[in-house]
Amino acid sequence: MKHRTFFWFILPTLSAMILFIALPIVSVFIQSLFVAHEQVLVVSESCGPFGCTPTTSVDLEATAKLQEERPLGQFNGLGTYTNRSHLAFAEVGEAWASSASMGEFFSKVYNLPFYSALTFTLAYTAIVTPLVLVLGMAIAVGVNNLPNMLKGLAIFISLLPFLVTPLVGSLILFWMVDSDGVIGATIQNIFNDPTLSLKASTALTWIMLMFYGVWHTLPFSFITFYAGLQTVPEDTMEAAQIDGATKWQRMIHVIVPHLAPLVSFVTLMMIMDNFRVFEPIVSFKAEAHAQSLSWIIYNDLRESGNPLYGSAGATSLITIILVVILMTPVLIRTWRDFTRKSH
Amino acid sequence: MATKAQSRMTPLKLFSYAFVAVWLIIAAFPFFWTFWGSFKVQADFLSKADWMNALTGTNTIEQTGSAFTGAGYYGAWVLEDFWFNFRNTGIVVFFTVVISLTFGTLGGYALARSGFRYAFWILMAALVFRAMPHITLVSGYLLPFFEWNVWGILPTTIIVLVAINQPFTLWMLHSFFKNIPKDMDESAMVDGCTRFQAFWHVIVPVMWPGVITTGLFSFLLAYNDFAVTAMLLSEENETIIPAINSFMGTTQVEGKIMYAVAAVVSTTAPLFVLILFFQRQIVSGLTAGAVKG
Repeated sequence: MKHRTFFWFILPTLSAMILFIALPIVSVFIQSLFVAHEQVLVVSESCGPFGCTPTTSVDLEATAKLQEERPLGQFNGLGTYTNRSHLAFAEVGEAWASSASMGEFFSKVYNLPFYSALTFTLAYTAIVTPLVLVLGMAIAVGVNNLPNMLKGLAIFISLLPFLVTPLVGSLILFWMVDSDGVIGATIQNIFNDPTLSLKASTALTWIMLMFYGVWHTLPFSFITFYAGLQTVPEDTMEAAQIDGATKWQRMIHVIVPHLAPLVSFVTLMMIMDNFRVFEPIVSFKAEAHAQSLSWIIYNDLRESGNPLYGSAGATSLITIILVVILMTPVLIRTWRDFTRKSH
Repeated sequence: MATKAQSRMTPLKLFSYAFVAVWLIIAAFPFFWTFWGSFKVQADFLSKADWMNALTGTNTIEQTGSAFTGAGYYGAWVLEDFWFNFRNTGIVVFFTVVISLTFGTLGGYALARSGFRYAFWILMAALVFRAMPHITLVSGYLLPFFEWNVWGILPTTIIVLVAINQPFTLWMLHSFFKNIPKDMDESAMVDGCTRFQAFWHVIVPVMWPGVITTGLFSFLLAYNDFAVTAMLLSEENETIIPAINSFMGTTQVEGKIMYAVAAVVSTTAPLFVLILFFQRQIVSGLTAGAVKG
């Protein structure tokens, strides 16, 4: 294919990606360098019968004019990145200097909004991903042994939690775990504690969100592994059986190695998707106990009346950098595969 | 070959059946429960006294005279104009799917037929773009869109969704086109077709299965998106997902939670139909990138 033809074929999709993905990243970066203008204050003296008192008031006109002239706000450099709501270098240093133990240090750092969101996002990714891999594999093996008619049904049922909108899926579970809902009320009955609520404690909220995460993404790993199981070479299995391998041994030595490439594929997809955890926190109204990176960006932009573009931009850019770091192993491997193929 | 040993019921096999059964119940039960409950009144759906009420509808009979009521659906669709949000979703989804498939097939075809190094870099960039949370881009859209006065309307959202969808579409269609033999379009070009004519007359007729599968996933992305639609659409142009979220904000207080329940069930219904008809395509799409490893 000639360069010219390639260019015309790729033009629509490439311009869409440059205009609405690459340029917005640049715009996010520029925004993150600015903070909102300070309000213009005017001091006026109001004089009454008992002397004069100075009063300070906001000069709305001047503030609006300033906003008009420089809509981005005032230049702040990388200040937003290092302030208390983001990387918080000063506070982390302070915590490091003043804490007697590691535990104390971490709890101080955890109280900073960015690190608290980062902790939840990483914990969510690190816990949900392996659970989904292991359980998905187990279900795939189980379904593979089922009679043919039930296989289709099992896949049909499994697809629904996966395809349903995260916001809607978590709402469905949210109503069930509500203290008046079927699961919430049952748990209260079991522990005989009418004040027990899954939404009231940090630990229970985390468990609930992660349970949702597993419920929502398990079908993907199940279906992928199930498809992989269909391609396990029949004769290798038979040979292993003739050699006297037990079912379990065949599983570990034939099936698992055969599925190994799938495991890395599913892991990659799961890390991407779990790292953006966001909607369940909105649905479960869990922000008091669990915030993710995506959620704090959303929250900055939702700040009523006065969205914090600079702050959202800084968090966005840090998140993008983290995603790229998480993906480097995959990118390097793909690069190696590519160069090997082209030689 | 099913030997005797394979068909015998071992404890391991029994355990794996039980495991699958538990999963299927966990997967299906919430939907069944919410669907059933959407025809009840709130006192039954969220019943502190006895969860059996949600099944039998004790309070529903008391309040409406029948065990089932369509009050939630009436409230959502008629009183809260939910159909309007559904219409918006229809427009957004339709145009997003059509435009992303048009752009994606052209781009995917070019990437599959080109061995240039920059084709590889485009694919890598697409992979990184695919990994980024959508919300990280939103703050980059807002200020320019306010400035150009295009915030809050459907066309802007459609274009943004198309762009966000492109990385995934490119990857899927690119690997799909790689499976269509090169000889097909090359022989057409030997016969005097231009590259585009070869693409149009030879490749387009055989590419439908891949396009349908990719289209399903574009549909799901546009239908399910919350991060972009919630931030880029004004209230009068809301699609269903942000509309449900704003339902939650306003109706919780007024005890109209059943409206939201009915809206949630209505939102899930099209997906149910989708799975019913396209299960095979969805599964093959999910595993397309995977099986090759």
